[in-house]
Amino acid sequence: MSKAGFHEDDPVDKSYDRTLLRRLLVYLRPYWAPVLASFLLIVAMAGLDLVGPYLTKIAIDRYIRQGNASGLDTIALLYLGSLLLAFVVRFGQVFILQMTGQKVMMDLRREIYAHLQRLHVGFFDQNPVGRLMTRVTTDVDAVNELFTSGVVTVFGDLFTLFGIMGVMVAMNWKLALVTFSVIPLFFVVTNWFRAGSRATFREVRKWVARINAFLQENITGMPVVQLFRREERNREAFAAINRQHTDANLAQIFYYAVFYPAIELLAALATALIILYGGWRVIAGTLTLGALVAFIQYSERFWRPISDLSEKFNILQAAMASSERIFTLLDTEPKVVSPDEPVHLETVRGRVGFENVTFGYQPGTPVLQDIDFTVEPGKSVALVGATGAGKTSIISLLTRFYDVDQGRVTLDGVDVRALDPAQLRSSLALVLQDVHLFSGTIASNIRLGSAIPDERVKEAARAVHAHRFIEALPGGYATEVRERGATLSVGQKQLLSFARALAHDPRVLILDEATSSVDTETEGLIQDALRVLLQGRTAIVIAHRLSTIQHVDEILVLHKGRVRERGTHQELLAQRGLYWRLYQLQYKDQELRDAPEAEAPARA
Amino acid sequence: MKPPRHLRRLLPYVARHRRGLAWGMVCLLVRTALSIASPWVLRHAIDDLTTGVTHEKLWLYAGLIMGIVVLEALFLYVMRQVLIGISRELEFELRNDLYAHFTSLPARYYQAHRTGDLMSRATNDLSAVRMVLGPGIMYTASTLATFVGTIVFMLRISPRLLLLSLVPLVFVSFLVRYFGRRIHDRFESVQAQLSEISAVVQENLSGARVVRAYAQEPYEMARFQAANEEYLRRNRQLIRMYGSLYPGIQLLMGSGAVLVLWLGGRMVVAGTITIGEFVAFGAYLTMLHWPMIALGWVVNIFERGEASMGRIAEILAAPAEIADPASPAPVTKVRGDVELSHLTFAYDGKPVLHDIDLKVPAGSTVAIVGPTGSGKSTLVGLIPRLFEAPPGTVLVDGHDVRDLSLGTLRGAVGYVPQETFLFSETVGENVAFGLKPDAAREERVRWASGVSQLGKDVADFPKGFETFVGERGITLSGGQKQRTALARALAIDPPILILDDALASVDTQTEEDILRGLRGVMATRTTFLVSHRVSTVRDADLIVVLKEGRIVERGTHDELVARGGFYADLYRRQLLEDEMEKTA
Repeated sequence: MSKAGFHEDDPVDKSYDRTLLRRLLVYLRPYWAPVLASFLLIVAMAGLDLVGPYLTKIAIDRYIRQGNASGLDTIALLYLGSLLLAFVVRFGQVFILQMTGQKVMMDLRREIYAHLQRLHVGFFDQNPVGRLMTRVTTDVDAVNELFTSGVVTVFGDLFTLFGIMGVMVAMNWKLALVTFSVIPLFFVVTNWFRAGSRATFREVRKWVARINAFLQENITGMPVVQLFRREERNREAFAAINRQHTDANLAQIFYYAVFYPAIELLAALATALIILYGGWRVIAGTLTLGALVAFIQYSERFWRPISDLSEKFNILQAAMASSERIFTLLDTEPKVVSPDEPVHLETVRGRVGFENVTFGYQPGTPVLQDIDFTVEPGKSVALVGATGAGKTSIISLLTRFYDVDQGRVTLDGVDVRALDPAQLRSSLALVLQDVHLFSGTIASNIRLGSAIPDERVKEAARAVHAHRFIEALPGGYATEVRERGATLSVGQKQLLSFARALAHDPRVLILDEATSSVDTETEGLIQDALRVLLQGRTAIVIAHRLSTIQHVDEILVLHKGRVRERGTHQELLAQRGLYWRLYQLQYKDQELRDAPEAEAPARA
Repeated sequence: MKPPRHLRRLLPYVARHRRGLAWGMVCLLVRTALSIASPWVLRHAIDDLTTGVTHEKLWLYAGLIMGIVVLEALFLYVMRQVLIGISRELEFELRNDLYAHFTSLPARYYQAHRTGDLMSRATNDLSAVRMVLGPGIMYTASTLATFVGTIVFMLRISPRLLLLSLVPLVFVSFLVRYFGRRIHDRFESVQAQLSEISAVVQENLSGARVVRAYAQEPYEMARFQAANEEYLRRNRQLIRMYGSLYPGIQLLMGSGAVLVLWLGGRMVVAGTITIGEFVAFGAYLTMLHWPMIALGWVVNIFERGEASMGRIAEILAAPAEIADPASPAPVTKVRGDVELSHLTFAYDGKPVLHDIDLKVPAGSTVAIVGPTGSGKSTLVGLIPRLFEAPPGTVLVDGHDVRDLSLGTLRGAVGYVPQETFLFSETVGENVAFGLKPDAAREERVRWASGVSQLGKDVADFPKGFETFVGERGITLSGGQKQRTALARALAIDPPILILDDALASVDTQTEEDILRGLRGVMATRTTFLVSHRVSTVRDADLIVVLKEGRIVERGTHDELVARGGFYADLYRRQLLEDEMEKTA
């Protein structure tokens, strides 16, 4: 996995295009039937569009010019019939094609998402969430364009174009050739327009981005602008960018202002040629008047497929760039993988062991060194130490967010890398400092996706004292959690995450205690809930609370990635070492919690 | 449709361009008239063909058609340039005015409004308004002109044919309007669901640890899939709508052509109209296609523009609140005496500061410590009027800050905010942010950078002061950003210096260096130091402990340590922390 592979502006090497296209076509395979149907409908549509002018020709030549109105009813009915049919075909084509595109996108999105679920946690520490989201949304959309506006409609445009040309040739090949002489001019004008407007469009986009960046920065930093009295000068600076944006737009208007008249001019040129040459043939008697009128009508339908065709190239380019980014992500191998033949434990007792573990996020800079300890089933250990001492890394290894560099981490004596990941993780429950709440109800946040009956959810909530505040919420357990629990207090979120862990009834509890101070009452509830939670389980706790520390079986004092001291609270205090100083700094006040003035200032 | 209450605000803008608009309208009319003349030539050409015609006459007709179109193309070109061009100029002016208004709005306005929302108004909504001023006006005029023009000619051919063939065309307008609105609504609903999908992904990815730890991957997949299915369902509704709009338009327009063929053909046979008129009539009907579509579309443009203008007007109507006094006190040079007298301040109804009394003589240093949320930042923010204190409670040189001109007041305050905000310009530009572009500028930048210990780092940058600061200071370390912000405040040579926890991100050694450098600077200035570090504040003339908006302790370092309160405790902790730091 390389970080560089995910840059937004990766240039796409043309030689990849064919490989990419082949890989993309695989996604169309399940939908060959609708794709084929859509293709046939598009051919039918091209044909039906030819009917009108031709019927006009017949009407003029056979009936109107002959002074015979009798056949006009039939012609009109046929015409109307072709219109109705065209309506149905056109709707069917659009609907089938667009829906297929949507389904292909859904498949692609699901595949990307499923792949993201398999990737190791470290991947998300290195790739910003926003960028990964773009893969699932914007990039997939760009690929869809390739299917819906690209491949299939190109054929539609070609059929329409060749259909018109064919009918013209059949009616009168000489006049057809004269009329065709305008086609290259259409191409020239359209290409000039595309090239020019694309360049100006890019320029416009650039300045739009600059305006957005300027506004974003100035709106966020307006107090600084005002404090330094920059209002006037920033107004001028903004006006300058704004002016460039306007000028870029004015340049773009030029292309449109030339393009539309030029197209009208060419259409008129075709008409003039038809009148001139066709009129001469009519006088000579080698062309009917109806055919001449039909020619004029057909020539008006030339330019749409031509201008569409030249647009397709851009869509293709964008889709290629997006699909390459998607495939790079899909090709990223998960670093933490399940073993081929996982060991399955009959019953998990909950014995956790770290054996001479060394680990670092980057090679060469170990975060943990020679970590060696065992927690017997049902026992608890507290990890204490300053920020960066390696406490979080220890729990990341046990949960297999990362794998060790040396040594091994074991559960009931079996290396966690050999265990069935599902069994490993269902034996553990993790409670983090930052409680991550999902959108959904309170109950669904306790249960998550596991099949836990309502009764157990409530039981768990009751046991950790969350029941009372949940019941007090407007919808009780069915209350929607909005904006990641913005309406819940920090303490309530803590209790909720305890309930979540308890409901999953793990053998091993991993707890990163929250540092944030809560009111005394909630604090009491949390302490009590913790006791319930730890009962009868193996527990590894990153402790910030004195009461927690005093109740664990062993304390490990980590310092710069190594275990520096170990023992019980009293033993360690007696040593007057690192723990003693930490205690003075972090925990001493907590003994005085009843005294109101002893509240610790929030520490970063 | 309701009368356009908000769009009317644009009238003064439009009036400024009335000459250009008039000229554009003239072109529009001429162009329409010419385009209507074309089928008339066609009519005569075809009629002549049925009766026999000379080659010379054919050349004349072909030449006429070309000549008319060349002229028409010219006027069309000028029309687009002028009318759309003016709409861009109007957009330019409106956006400038909007930004100017932004610069006058107080800090609390920005705390109460989300940046994304304000951005969207200044961009998306402005675009919608621009659509009214450009295409909206242009297509309305050209639709009306084409409509009137073609109808006159069609009437001359046959009123009966006209009445009948117009029936399906009228439905086109209704179709576009009806579907246009619904398509817009459904499109919004599709977009909303796409945001929902994004939210699910975001939630899942940012909660990757919880998802893994509780083995929730299958459930998360199902949840994602459900959001996807809903997205597909909404898309189906949207596709059904727009899938029927375009074919529907084609059907209705085709029906008009069928009517002309059927009825017109009979009329030719009956001798009521000539075959040339029959063909010309068909051509006129085709000319009406686009205006009929545009009509439905234009109504939607106006509707959307009105709603957008309403949102823009909301910003423009927000009062500046903190502005220059009507007659500012005649102060040009601020000495730097600051006095807070019975200052009580509430923010959004929540009391933040209670009855603060503090006298800071010019040139002295006062340090403010206290727990998070005790009101420290608010207190110092009231001095340069970032927030508005009650009258008579905040005084600079004996004047209520409200009586000083904002230029004088803020020019006298060097402020280093808690959250460093740099602009994406060069480091040099950022330091010189408050300086006028004159000759002394560079020297001041160097001096300020020297004092704030930024100069050493800048010397190591390959491009020195020309080094570009990434968006919101990405390329600089936290400490470098803070020192840049400090240099920026020092550069304006302010008599009052406010450091709002400004050294939190620099390491202890650098902090000491900075403080040593600052000592000389602080000697001649009134300085407010907000900090969590004892080392930063211990030398201050006065240390004030703020708790829940009240001053609970005040005195010098030694006095407060002796008192054994909050400050003494803070001091003890920091000693221990330093000791921990030194343990290898």
